[in-house]
Amino acid sequence: MATVDEKQVVQTDQETIVKVEDLKKYFPIKGGILKRTIGHVKAVDGVTFDIKKGETLGIVGESGSGKSTLGRMILRLLEPTEGKILFQENDITHLKNHKMRPIRKDMQIIFQDPFASLNTKMSVEQLIEEPLLIQTNMTKKERKEKVKELLEKVGLRASDRLKYPHEFSGGQRQRISIARALAINPKFVIADEAVSALDVSIQAQVLNLMSDLQEDFGLTYLFISHDLSVVKHISDRVGVMYLGRLAEIAPKKDIYENPLHPYTQALLSSIPDTDVDRERETVHLEGDLPSPSNPPSGCAFRTRCPMAHERCAVDRPELQHMGEGHYVACHLYDE
Amino acid sequence: MTNETVLDVKDLKTYFYLDDNQVAKAVDDVDLTVRAGETVALVGESGSGKSITSLSIMQLINKPGKIVNGEISLLGRNLLELTDKQMTKVRGNDVAMIFQEPMTALNPVYTVGNQIMEVLRKHKNMSKKQARQRAIDLLKLVGFPRAEETVNEYPHQLSGGMRQRAMIAIAISCDPKLLIADEPTTALDVTIQAQILDLMSEMKDRLDMGLLLITHDLGVVAEYADRVLVMYGGQIVEQAPKRHLFKDPKHPYTEGLLESLPSVHKEEERLGTIKGTVPPAHKFPKGCRFSSRCPHAMEKCFETNPELMDLDHERAVRCYLYTED
Repeated sequence: MATVDEKQVVQTDQETIVKVEDLKKYFPIKGGILKRTIGHVKAVDGVTFDIKKGETLGIVGESGSGKSTLGRMILRLLEPTEGKILFQENDITHLKNHKMRPIRKDMQIIFQDPFASLNTKMSVEQLIEEPLLIQTNMTKKERKEKVKELLEKVGLRASDRLKYPHEFSGGQRQRISIARALAINPKFVIADEAVSALDVSIQAQVLNLMSDLQEDFGLTYLFISHDLSVVKHISDRVGVMYLGRLAEIAPKKDIYENPLHPYTQALLSSIPDTDVDRERETVHLEGDLPSPSNPPSGCAFRTRCPMAHERCAVDRPELQHMGEGHYVACHLYDE
Repeated sequence: MTNETVLDVKDLKTYFYLDDNQVAKAVDDVDLTVRAGETVALVGESGSGKSITSLSIMQLINKPGKIVNGEISLLGRNLLELTDKQMTKVRGNDVAMIFQEPMTALNPVYTVGNQIMEVLRKHKNMSKKQARQRAIDLLKLVGFPRAEETVNEYPHQLSGGMRQRAMIAIAISCDPKLLIADEPTTALDVTIQAQILDLMSEMKDRLDMGLLLITHDLGVVAEYADRVLVMYGGQIVEQAPKRHLFKDPKHPYTEGLLESLPSVHKEEERLGTIKGTVPPAHKFPKGCRFSSRCPHAMEKCFETNPELMDLDHERAVRCYLYTED
């Protein structure tokens, strides 16, 4: 395992910052009088990918696809059941809390609901100062200066620092969350449905802000969302999740212009489009997402797939490389 | 299609009287019509007054809110002149409503069948047996494959999309002339959203209802609406047939909204934005309510609020950029 110092020597443009190998998270289902484990919800069931420094990887999926669980495991907010997480080439899968703490400085998360994620009893200054207190040796004066600087960076006024979260609108609160996440100069930020609760005009402001900050701070984003249009706008590469597994992962252009997995195709054709002239062929999916506690055998998507054949019920498709970084897990593309 | 006017709202004003003697003008001078077989979309961001408009039509406004002015005529009858008892007969019968969150709109302790039968027995005087049969037929109609079993199931046994289907079954049970759908698919995943919107469209055509679709999602509007009303600050700021609105938006707010929308089919480097935020309903600026955020604001925009002016017989806009002088 390379130490942090060695790694900085061999820095290149395509350096991997996060690597996830066969990551799994099974939540036990307890039942009966003795509360024995009677089954598992396979929230994430074997996911492998890496994220390059400075890029934005978008993860899309519907509710229950496991995308948020995945994000939380990478930050070690949830313990993985199996698999490996590498952050800057260090295996952090089983690090103890005190060893994790210095690494947490480099990874931050922005949540969906800025009403729930900001402590209502703390002023904006206290909120943004908190990570600085824990993670740095800054003096009080330096911290106050940093708070002012951050507020201006995210488009709020320095004088806003004495206000409390309830005095702000949803978009402004999300700006506070972003300032808080960026306070300790992280390298890697997970945005978990970070703009989903915002109105479109405000959503656009926050997305533009996130792009600007990415450039200014050299950030790497894992952008988790159910909204394919937003993910397309902000991502360099996109992974599509279905029932705890990656169905397809590819550079943005390939996913949207040449989707290979029938699920990706259906997902894209389900999005209502504002182009009123475009002729569209809609592949509307039948049925609902199966329960992750009892997923179908073989390919998890086969129960809703218009192209399903016999093999899909038997073998679980693995991701296969279709060229130029385009991976798909589907038997249609078997040799 | 009969094309008759089902709903005709004129000069509707719904104000909320706040504690400190302030008045929130949540809906302020709204005119709208819905014809049979037509889908009219009411779009706007949070706080624009779109939901209060729909609740006003149903007369479900509670204190401190009050409908202070206007006329709401449904099939030629002014609903504002009806007594509470008469209005109860109208709700669920002539006009039905579907809400965003089917789990809170459905009663968790009654079976799906019971909730459909309740409406039928109340409004149509059906016997228990007739109502039950009709409930099963309705569930089949909205796409439940095992309707005979679903009729005995509770809402928690259904998925989000299925609950919304059950809501639709309740809503159409008395053949309403007008269906109001307030963000009906906002809580659902995209693949399920498409199923539900298709179902609503199909039911609208089959029953020749007018559909008032309230949404913040311009994609849904582009796909399902015939005419669009854009709301901002409690008022309609633009009104147009769908195609015209998306191809050639007139109001700077509509324009801004469309530019701020990321698309899966376009490549945009930066999204357009509308600066600032929606002002709260008790603190609208003097003059045009959009003036503080408008890139084209002129002097008079800060002085007086423009009227909604007709551009031609199907388009109207509330903006001084389109006045003669």
